[in-house]
Amino acid sequence: MTSDRSIVVDSLGVGLATGACGVSFGAISTASGLSVLQTCLISLLVFTGASQFAFVGIVASGGNPLTGALTATLLGSRNLFYGVSLAPRLDLDPLARLASAHVVIDESTAMAVTRDTRRQARLGFYWTGISIFVLWNLTTFVGALAGDAIGDPRTYGLDAAVGAAFLGLLWPRLATWKGRIVALVGAAVALGLVPVTSAGLPIVLGGGVAVLLGMLWRTRAAS
Amino acid sequence: MADAGRIVTGVWAGIAVMVVGCFALKYAGLSVPPSVLQHPLTVRAVELIPAGLLGALIAVQVLADGASVQVDARLLALGVAAVLLTLRVPFLPMVVVSAAVAALVRQL
Repeated sequence: MTSDRSIVVDSLGVGLATGACGVSFGAISTASGLSVLQTCLISLLVFTGASQFAFVGIVASGGNPLTGALTATLLGSRNLFYGVSLAPRLDLDPLARLASAHVVIDESTAMAVTRDTRRQARLGFYWTGISIFVLWNLTTFVGALAGDAIGDPRTYGLDAAVGAAFLGLLWPRLATWKGRIVALVGAAVALGLVPVTSAGLPIVLGGGVAVLLGMLWRTRAAS
Repeated sequence: MADAGRIVTGVWAGIAVMVVGCFALKYAGLSVPPSVLQHPLTVRAVELIPAGLLGALIAVQVLADGASVQVDARLLALGVAAVLLTLRVPFLPMVVVSAAVAALVRQL
């Protein structure tokens, strides 16, 4: 059984690694021609990394901002599925749902759905979501002001740290063959889709295909 | 000037649509009725979602660069992370060491 303290420490670790990457969003967004105010409002009010990058990417390449917004929203559709898997674990009343929905993102979900109890799911969800929210918005502001001068978070290996953090979360689920195969299928399908779909979709589709396959497998084994 | 004005307005409109759309999806996901959540199919799907999504997330995080697949220091860092996890190194030191490996390799 994981201790509460270690969940908080782990959550802050993920928060630090992920939140610091707001610097690159801030720098790319202002480099794409958005104002510092627009850049900071996007991080404050949209708060879902892939969607934010998609929006400024489309605006920067001369795309219609409404197309950018629709693409960003489509990318955010994975948060719908995150919500479905979070809801029974967090068990929130309607008012708390309204207040908490904003921090439903990749990392807060990953740090919550792997927990055994409601208490620990909530600990992982809020500590991860809120620490990322605070840091992501601070670093967005810094990145927007300083632009490229601040340097690339990749220099510090922060992009690699996020992958390692996800592997740490996946690790317990690799104990069974079913978990291993579902994770591998998700990875393989996502990777295959990277060159042919827009950013963010490979995650939803790869995960979706893996889940469907896992469900079919169970059905066959049971019959 | 009129064109520039329209583009600026367009960006604000785009931001507004994106803000509403992204929040609505997050809120809707949390608000799915319990009857739907307790359906056996949903329960099975929800059980499998973390492994499938984490697998996909890792692949994209580590091997994608925009629209292309790229092998670089991130994959080495992931390999180091896997070794450390096998050795039962705790989460945070594992993440820090694998980030440091990526940073170090890029300095070379």
